[in-house]
Amino acid sequence: MNIALAKTDTRREPGDIFASVRDRLPGTGKVAEVRQQAFEAYARAGLPHRRLEDWKYTDLRALMREVLPLAAAPDSSALERAKAALASLAAVDAHRLVLVDGVIAPALSDLNALEAGVHVRTLREILEDNSNNARADLLENGAASGAMIALNAAMATDGVVITVANGTVLAKPIHIVHVATRSSAATYTRSFLKLGQAAHATLVESFVAAGDAKSYQTNDAVTVWLGDDANLQHVRLMADSADATNLTTVIFTIGAKARLATFNMTSGGGLSRYQGYLTFAGEGAEVSVNGVNLLNGRQHADTTLFLDHAVPHCASREVFRAVVDDRAHSVFQGRIIVQPKAQKTDAKMMTRALLLSDEAEADNKPELEIFADDVTCGHGATTGALDESLLFYLRARGLSEKEAQALLIQAFVGEAIESIASDALREVAIATAQRWLEVRG
Amino acid sequence: MTALLEVRDLQVRVEDREILHGLSLTVNEGEVHAIMGPNGSGKSTLSHVIAGKPGYEVTGGEILFRGEDLLEMAPDERAAKGVFLAFQYPVEIPGVITMNFLRTAYNAQRKARGESELMAPEFLKKVREVAKNLNIPQDMLKRGVNVGFSGGEKKRNEILQMALFEPSLCILDEMDSGLDIDALRVAADGVNALRSPGRAMVVITHYQRLLNYIIPDFVHVMSKGKVVKSGGKELALELEASGYTQFEDAA
Repeated sequence: MNIALAKTDTRREPGDIFASVRDRLPGTGKVAEVRQQAFEAYARAGLPHRRLEDWKYTDLRALMREVLPLAAAPDSSALERAKAALASLAAVDAHRLVLVDGVIAPALSDLNALEAGVHVRTLREILEDNSNNARADLLENGAASGAMIALNAAMATDGVVITVANGTVLAKPIHIVHVATRSSAATYTRSFLKLGQAAHATLVESFVAAGDAKSYQTNDAVTVWLGDDANLQHVRLMADSADATNLTTVIFTIGAKARLATFNMTSGGGLSRYQGYLTFAGEGAEVSVNGVNLLNGRQHADTTLFLDHAVPHCASREVFRAVVDDRAHSVFQGRIIVQPKAQKTDAKMMTRALLLSDEAEADNKPELEIFADDVTCGHGATTGALDESLLFYLRARGLSEKEAQALLIQAFVGEAIESIASDALREVAIATAQRWLEVRG
Repeated sequence: MTALLEVRDLQVRVEDREILHGLSLTVNEGEVHAIMGPNGSGKSTLSHVIAGKPGYEVTGGEILFRGEDLLEMAPDERAAKGVFLAFQYPVEIPGVITMNFLRTAYNAQRKARGESELMAPEFLKKVREVAKNLNIPQDMLKRGVNVGFSGGEKKRNEILQMALFEPSLCILDEMDSGLDIDALRVAADGVNALRSPGRAMVVITHYQRLLNYIIPDFVHVMSKGKVVKSGGKELALELEASGYTQFEDAA
């Protein structure tokens, strides 16, 4: 007898996560159409898995398993909890823009006290503005592709859309804070920063959990344009709860002679992927991309960068450090593409992982695709334990084993943290690393 | 009176090879002992085992420090108790600023002894004073530990630490290696300034030359993992004249 086995899978039907909430998602008409198409693209592909080369080390089907239902919009209790979480955030003197469970919280944000030359709108208000014919463009993904960014486009509930006028030099950083207050729910945010010609700005992003929020999923997308001669310092600190999932896509388009220094520190989240797409759009630009992963327990953190030298005479530097303890797993994939016409490209990438336990794992995958002949490109990757001879020297001078390790780990990540130009922000990154080391005991 | 350092019949293996075969040595407060011997006689092994370097297996004998079992202590405990090893090859530690390292180590030792930690300004003043006496420029203190230092600078950095931590037992492992005569003199002057009735030194060296600058009270000759002859400072001169070969058979 033939028995057709019924699918005993108890997981939600993938279509439900969109269909059941589409009325709550901002925007109608063209926006709704783009969302529908984006969701279909996601549904066709499903969660990325190890057979896709770019997701080889981060198999979301195995690690994430399912997409959780959309988080409820924050109520007054959620906002109270978010406010408490903000109080414990490192003090950064900045213009603060707070997204609670994927929705901008005006009462917690400095929307109206910005400097001259800066304009901020929420994603929601633009998507709902039917007179704006370009509104659906905000759901386009630019250089990024894949199922998870498609899902973000389909489900995005809110975000901030910031423009900085030509020549404006901001005195204070802009600080986007993502606070999760709901457990076992998903949020989708999408933000934009457009820096005009010769504009100077600092963008800080923090991801935190309020109270005991756990097992939530965050899917964020940030698109940044740097105009010619613009200058951007970008510092992102991901400190989500230890069993949360954070999938973030950043897309940078860099104008001629612009300067971009971007730094990411992942110390939180049980499962995370930080994928960056950087494209040089004008000659003479310089970019430094830096990152630190501080992982323990069973954390899995993936940093995947695509750097497109599409034009000549640009320079890029990538410095990545991972400290991996217990059974944690760090992934770094760095692809540098030098297009045929991108002569005089100067690209260097260095990734180093420090394994603190026998079961810790680090995967480094540098990829150089060079199609121009007059370029300087280099990459290096190392993985290893702390140097025994250095540890002994420090212990012979009176440092305990943990103190000696902490000092060497700080020095190790310091090489990436040094890239942060702002003293205050560098101190915040150093303090985050110190806290991580203290918790380690 | 309890000796400061008492090494009794020490036997040490590294992997499958026995390096020290029953070495004994007694050092009292205020004394300066020189340990001489050819390469491979086990001089550096002795210094490493006293400091607690991993990788050595003590298969017999004991080391007492003021009557306490030193081998039971972690390297940092030994440091806090007053044992200091000046390394033959001080390591470079990129990213760890010398001044920060000195303060962390100094306060770790004080904390382990139940003493209060020294605040930054107070400590800074102390370091500057000591550094000045050793001809160590201030900018060296702002660099990574030993990073880009010359051989002489590295040795002076060791002596700087010795002066700061004020240990009661200093073991100088081949302090003269890699130093020209001028650098050697500066280093030796630094060491001599630290001689005191409460402090003992064990000077390990292959060459007699160093002992022209740091004049020992006792000289021991090591060969094949044992002390084969002990005597006064004149023994060093005797060795200089006749070499180590006369002791090869004695071992």
